[in-house]
Amino acid sequence: MSTPTPSAAPATAARPAGRGRNLELPEHLKAYKGVWVFIEHDRGHVHSVSWELLGEARKLADTLGSSVGAVILGGDDEPLEKFAAEAFTMGADKAYVMHDPVLKGYRNEPFTKGLTDLVNKHQPEILLLGATSMGRDLAGSVATTLLTGLTADCTELKIDPVSRALAATRPTFGGSLLCTIMTLAYRPQMATVRPRVMAMPQIDATRSGEITQETLGMVETQIVTKLLDFIADANSQQINLPYADVIVSGGKGLKNPDNFKLVFELARVLGGEVGATRPCVQAGWVEAERQVGQTGKTVRPKLYIAAGISGAIQHRVGMEASDVIVAINTDPNAPIFEFAHYGIVGNAMQVLPALTQAFAGHFANHRRQAA
Amino acid sequence: MHIVVCIKQVPDSAQIRVHPVTNTIMRQGVPAIVNPYDLFSLEEALRLKDKLGGKVTMLCMGPPQAEDALRKCIGFGADDAVLVTDRAFAGADTLATSYALAAGVRQLAREQAVDIVFTGKQTIDGDTAQVGPGIAKRLGLQLLTYVSRIIETDLVNRTITVERRAEGGVQVLKTALPCLITMLENTNEMRFANLPAMIHAAAYPVRKWNKEQAGIEDPAKIGLKGSPTVVSKVFGPTPRSEKADMLELETSSLRDVSLNLIQKIFTRHPTLESDLLMKELT
Repeated sequence: MSTPTPSAAPATAARPAGRGRNLELPEHLKAYKGVWVFIEHDRGHVHSVSWELLGEARKLADTLGSSVGAVILGGDDEPLEKFAAEAFTMGADKAYVMHDPVLKGYRNEPFTKGLTDLVNKHQPEILLLGATSMGRDLAGSVATTLLTGLTADCTELKIDPVSRALAATRPTFGGSLLCTIMTLAYRPQMATVRPRVMAMPQIDATRSGEITQETLGMVETQIVTKLLDFIADANSQQINLPYADVIVSGGKGLKNPDNFKLVFELARVLGGEVGATRPCVQAGWVEAERQVGQTGKTVRPKLYIAAGISGAIQHRVGMEASDVIVAINTDPNAPIFEFAHYGIVGNAMQVLPALTQAFAGHFANHRRQAA
Repeated sequence: MHIVVCIKQVPDSAQIRVHPVTNTIMRQGVPAIVNPYDLFSLEEALRLKDKLGGKVTMLCMGPPQAEDALRKCIGFGADDAVLVTDRAFAGADTLATSYALAAGVRQLAREQAVDIVFTGKQTIDGDTAQVGPGIAKRLGLQLLTYVSRIIETDLVNRTITVERRAEGGVQVLKTALPCLITMLENTNEMRFANLPAMIHAAAYPVRKWNKEQAGIEDPAKIGLKGSPTVVSKVFGPTPRSEKADMLELETSSLRDVSLNLIQKIFTRHPTLESDLLMKELT
């Protein structure tokens, strides 16, 4: 996406200035119809971000009066038709399924060809992908092949009432500003959205749709990159921050990596995950997968406890959708108190153990009553 | 071996402030830095050079002052640096940027064939992670994103084997050179620039290419003109109207504050308590 020239960017420029650019959609691109979602799957499971995108695609298609297509690429023996049936219950009308041995396990080359060919053949006006390591790798290659616009990490997708184009809003400059981006004269309009940014759609088990089988037309010898192995993360190493119900996060206010133990303790009692700010990750206190914020993960847990975090905008944009936010900080003027639901002005190194003890006692009481 | 590392000069996002009334970025006093993600790629390039010999050339598109970012990289140990700079590049989105940088890499390849191109996994200002894949596509290079480790580089058979971070695990991929690699963060640590290197960098003649020198064939594909995306609106985030409910530590004990907070949390989120208790049981 373009980094806007912000020094010159007015607060609300009503319409984009062409500045010599043609912003009209050429006649031959007007036939592009429908909203597509690339369905990402791995070892028998569809990534939740694909369902979240189908929910958004449904809304966009309803506004446009068009249909939702799910694109599912995978190996010969992968249950793509089952994924298609699931996609229908999440809002898809059609599914384009492509089985091929070379599509088992993600590789850029065959997936780029498969998706690009399908777009050229069926001509969707919008194509959405998850902003995952697969989605970002693929989206950048496909958009460059199709020579069209791609907007990354969108937080809101709407249809512009005037142009009927996709108005994709995303944070920029570390979340200090938001900008709405449109692709007016090119098709398809592509966008990626991070996991957990959009809500999961309601499942409608009565919905069904039409499956179209497609072929890739590529053989293994044509593909340069070989997938030698896939080393799955051990369960103990898996950090699934975006989908955690409870997250306890620490910031530089914890002073040293040792004090992060207090964060882990509280997270353990709550059965939650541990998050962190970018400075903590950069200092090597915790793993990069734990970073919450603009350059880390977007989360929306039921409970988010921020310890020693000032609440810089870069952190805020990654967690402000949490149901309940609790902030602990020594500085009463820290920006985090402007968007937390509950605040404690105090030393996290003292408050965290007290909270851990109180939660543990609370749950112990419940167990006793239940027994 | 010839390695090209593409970097971007970015404003240090941690220090960016937005004018509260006009919603414009206040750039004054905000230091410009080398995009931090690019440094992991540069360090990896320097390690390959240490091991296999050859040359590391830096490439950057940006305004004239981006020369400072390139100089910094010379200080770390890069051999040469080219800044692609022309007013015609202004306003480029990722598609137009990858076109310009791909042209730059092609020019460098005319001087000496390029084996590996590195870019950062993403920038901290645009955050798109699209320019690397875009350059690879335009140059027909094999693309290896989010690489966590280079296992082996075989210059005889012209192959490279890497570990790539994927969702839920690591892919081991083997491909042919030339390729484009984006390194995952925290996979290495940038070396220190020593004093003689910094002195050498300060005096280093960074080459500056305008659009003709950069080998741009179609000026309609660069800058704003070559950018399919249009920024239609820029605005500030909506402040939350509700203020935090502050729990005072001065008037009550830590224990009481904690118990009070737990009650407030479970009242506000009625299903959370039972969810957590269920989780404990399973």
